[in-house]
Amino acid sequence: MSELNVKLQTELDTFSLDVEFECESSGVTLLYGPSGSGKTTVLRAIAGLLKTDLCEIRFNGEIWQDATRFTPPHHRPVGYVFQEASLFPHLSVRKNIEYGYKRVSKQDKRIDFDDAVSLLGVQRLLNRAPGQLSGGERQRVAIARALLTSPSLLLMDEPLAALDNRAKQEIFPYLEQLHSEFSIPLLYISHDHNEAARLADRIVLMDDGKVTATGDAHLFMTRLNLPLSHQDTAAAIIEGDVIEYDEKDQLTWINVAGSRVGLSGYTGTGSRLRVQVYARDVSLALSEHRDTSILNILPVTVLGREELDNSQMMVRLKLADDQTMLSRITKRSADILELHRGKQLYAQVKGIALL
Amino acid sequence: MEWQPVWLTVKLASVTTLTLLILGTPLAWWLARSNAWWKEVIGSIVALPLVLPPTVLGFYLLMLLGPEGPLGNLTSSLGLGTLPFTFAGLVVGSVIYSMPFVVQPIRNAFESIGKRPMEVAATLGASPLESFFSVAVPLARRGFLTGSVLGFAHTVGEFGVVLMIGGNIPGETRVLSVAIYDHVEALEWGQAHMMAAGLLAFAFITLVMMYMIDRRFQDRDA
Repeated sequence: MSELNVKLQTELDTFSLDVEFECESSGVTLLYGPSGSGKTTVLRAIAGLLKTDLCEIRFNGEIWQDATRFTPPHHRPVGYVFQEASLFPHLSVRKNIEYGYKRVSKQDKRIDFDDAVSLLGVQRLLNRAPGQLSGGERQRVAIARALLTSPSLLLMDEPLAALDNRAKQEIFPYLEQLHSEFSIPLLYISHDHNEAARLADRIVLMDDGKVTATGDAHLFMTRLNLPLSHQDTAAAIIEGDVIEYDEKDQLTWINVAGSRVGLSGYTGTGSRLRVQVYARDVSLALSEHRDTSILNILPVTVLGREELDNSQMMVRLKLADDQTMLSRITKRSADILELHRGKQLYAQVKGIALL
Repeated sequence: MEWQPVWLTVKLASVTTLTLLILGTPLAWWLARSNAWWKEVIGSIVALPLVLPPTVLGFYLLMLLGPEGPLGNLTSSLGLGTLPFTFAGLVVGSVIYSMPFVVQPIRNAFESIGKRPMEVAATLGASPLESFFSVAVPLARRGFLTGSVLGFAHTVGEFGVVLMIGGNIPGETRVLSVAIYDHVEALEWGQAHMMAAGLLAFAFITLVMMYMIDRRFQDRDA
């Protein structure tokens, strides 16, 4: 099993960092937290760009750094995508991408040049100069460049933060594919809820120079004592197996915890799907109403409740298979329903989005 | 027109500029990157020739390199003889005198690159030395251009240091600026004119070319 262990203590200009976490390194791990919480410093330490005495980095059992050893950054099998694309301005796009690629020994090359270039859609940019690219194009080139070092771990420091919304939407599908195509473990910094929901398998939560929690992304989204569940866009990620596609109604039916749930459109069959359910789209009822426009009704058990403000309340719910979900309702409704831990209810889900 | 001083001057300026590029580049890199508190002390020593009268510099070099000086002792005991009044002595003097003109632009260029490109190169698997030559040097090429041109031109134009440690030996230390001075002393206005006008034209053309090339670099980087 691949594993990343990080221990790091350092004094920065404005605060002190004291971080210790370990996580499974396969899949997408999200380093999540407000800006200024030390996420970038952690990423830089993993890459070897930060030299500090109290630092231990281990990856798959191999020591990259401890009190006596320091593997320099160019000997660590990591790819790094910075917040700004940071392409070399004196080299063409092709030369930029080849810069890392040609330094990888033949037996370590696991990613084909043309594959990466076409996955990120930069073929027709190869002969241009970085100065002639848009922000989104530049970042795609930077990702291709990092990817082609065939890294064992890909580090990304808010690669979308410096981009406008359109460029973000343009890049996002590439990021999602990146992981499924090449199965390179990805450690990703973000403070964007949407990115977190769409990409992450697990989350390392940071605040004020400390790791406050680590765990499975799906459970994290709904934990009431964590900030993710307090946002307007708070949402749960749930999984289900595709049952069938109903051509007449243009709905894909999936099995979520034993209930049939319908999703608009065709999503393919025979696989497990991840869907996102916003807390604001979930209402609660004491009985299973069939006289409603709501298609998806799931039996749930209340796990907990938390006041958001004077009128709103967030309720955490458990499905029959222990997946969790959120519902945002008014405090008044909560009083009328007499919500308490363990109470059995029906969640009426107005909207489900495919991830 | 006597060509000997012209060739000697070109030779001196070329050797000096080349030496300065070799010595000055690592120095400029260190000045740009180091966090040592005493780096500005070194920076000031490098910059001293900017404010010091050349005769002062030449005087101390003469003391240091002469038969009685510590470095002079060293060079004699190594069987190299003493450096004053030789071409090699002129090179040493010129290297010191022109150093700030080469080191400062290169240092500024290195500083303006910032740390990021080198970090990127490292994460792409390039060793520090590889990164230096494939990233830092090309990105600092405007600094190298300015430094080389200023170093060369400034060496061509030096007079005080040459006079103090070089004297006026034809074919060995008699460079253009000294030759012009000679001609003026001897009231040979025509000869002096030819050389002076030649130097003026050289200086002007050099600067124009430097600014033009620099602008092309700038356009390409933008």
